Amino acid sequence: MASAPLALKIEGLKKVYDTGTEALKGVSLTIPQGEFFGFLGPNGAGKTSLISIVSGLATKTAGTVEINGLSMDSYPDKVKSFIGLVPQEFNFNIFEKVEDIVVDQAGYYGIPREEARKRAEKVLVQLGLWEKRADKAMDLSGGMKRRLLIARALVHEPKILLLDEPTAGVDVELRRGMWDFLREINAAGTTIVLTTHYLEEVEILCRTVAIMNKGEIIAEGGVKELISKLNYVTLLLDTTEPLIQAKIVLLRGLNIKKIDDTTLELTLKPGETVNDALRTISGTGIQIANIRNSGSRLEEVFVNLIKKDS
Amino acid sequence: MTRSPIFIGYYTMVRKDFIRIMRIWSQTLLPPIVTTALYFAIFGTFIGSQVRAVNGLSYISFIVPGIVMMSVITSAYMNTVSTFYFAKWQRTIDEQLVSPMPMWTIIAGFVTGGVMRGLLVGVLVVITSLFFTHLVLFNIAVVISAAVLTTLLFSFAGLVNGIFAKSFDAISIVPTFVLTPLTYLGGVFYSVNQLPPFFRTLSLANPILYMVNAFRYGFLGVTDVSVAVCFAVMGGLTVLFFLLTLFLFIRGAGLKK
Repeated sequence: MASAPLALKIEGLKKVYDTGTEALKGVSLTIPQGEFFGFLGPNGAGKTSLISIVSGLATKTAGTVEINGLSMDSYPDKVKSFIGLVPQEFNFNIFEKVEDIVVDQAGYYGIPREEARKRAEKVLVQLGLWEKRADKAMDLSGGMKRRLLIARALVHEPKILLLDEPTAGVDVELRRGMWDFLREINAAGTTIVLTTHYLEEVEILCRTVAIMNKGEIIAEGGVKELISKLNYVTLLLDTTEPLIQAKIVLLRGLNIKKIDDTTLELTLKPGETVNDALRTISGTGIQIANIRNSGSRLEEVFVNLIKKDS
Repeated sequence: MTRSPIFIGYYTMVRKDFIRIMRIWSQTLLPPIVTTALYFAIFGTFIGSQVRAVNGLSYISFIVPGIVMMSVITSAYMNTVSTFYFAKWQRTIDEQLVSPMPMWTIIAGFVTGGVMRGLLVGVLVVITSLFFTHLVLFNIAVVISAAVLTTLLFSFAGLVNGIFAKSFDAISIVPTFVLTPLTYLGGVFYSVNQLPPFFRTLSLANPILYMVNAFRYGFLGVTDVSVAVCFAVMGGLTVLFFLLTLFLFIRGAGLKK
């Protein structure tokens, strides 16, 4: 039995802007169907250029893009029907009503108006915007505008959803709500490609990730696989009482440093265990009240890779 | 009957623009009526009563078709240039660019908006003129085809202007410094046959002259140039601007990064 075509296949993708800026330097990657894929990278890494080319908003300088097994060059219109785009900026007409924006978008995808209204209702309900359907887009809050972008991108039921920093500027509660929603639609079979600055987002949502820097992919693979390449773990230990220098000196055998009066930063190398380290610390009489991860572990991978690449 | 997805996309664009034109009628439909009413009153009635007949017609009867055409041209042009530039500036054009609508359908959507507004304004201005003069209709087929071709041509031209415009100022430069002078010099207020030979020959290089004269022929049965030549010029320029617009859209000029 023939295997399903890849959701996205990119080969040797280059983009040089009129200004001479080389945004993409021959990027190649494949994304299987049903994947939750993340693009990470600092500003100017080329993430938005890549998303813009795949969604038809930018022209490529060289390379090939295939979506669901169809070449973008040979079937540009057919390929576009597979994609839903959630851009970084709000690009709807702020003077239009929420429902009209979504229904009209369905119309551009050839969906008859009656059917478009049903679909718009479905996505607006899913995204908690149904009550606002008669409001002008300009009257929505920032978070609601973000959700409107997602509703608009989903109304034609795309096979691949491209999200360009969808949670930028969104509060924590709303962000978590959006994560749940994205997980749901991914579980229902939609391939999701996400670019974000929030490494925590990729760590929580994505199964695979590509790290981009200066127009190139510098690392790619499973999120867990990439984290496992990290050869150390950093933990923050909160003590019950203020730390005394004399006790810290006794911890010389550990890679540990004092952050403030009641916090220690412990770094563990491969082979070292938390149990052994805690036994040593307890031996000095320091009582640990709480242990925290120092931050996103993917963040450490990311920072290391970017540093190395620079 | 199942309508094709392309038609649904096109219809969505046209419906949206029609609703917009009607919603902001005080900006889209009313100004040309007020302006032309002033032209009819001042040039037609007050000054026109002192002017001798042109081609055997009263001055106000002579200028009505030209003034109607002037409003039609400006409305069609301004509709596409402003809606397109606004869509580009707000990036709402991305809604169509990411969709499977072929480029020619997107062009057709914008251009139909211009044609619609141009023709609506034309009808309203003709109705306004009836308050000032008695209007005859010599050949309705010529009137309709000249109006449709002219709105098509200037809708394409507005789109080209919108593609290249990088600021709101840029969309008013062409109407102010190109369109208005060409319209005024295009035989709206006079017959080019009354001009000295040099200026008459020079006027023949003005494309608006052919539109005004075709339209005038349709209403009054008089023209300074052959009607066949008028339609050849209008048709040729329309095809030329259509091809130019299509070329620019496919290249993504001013649209895609």
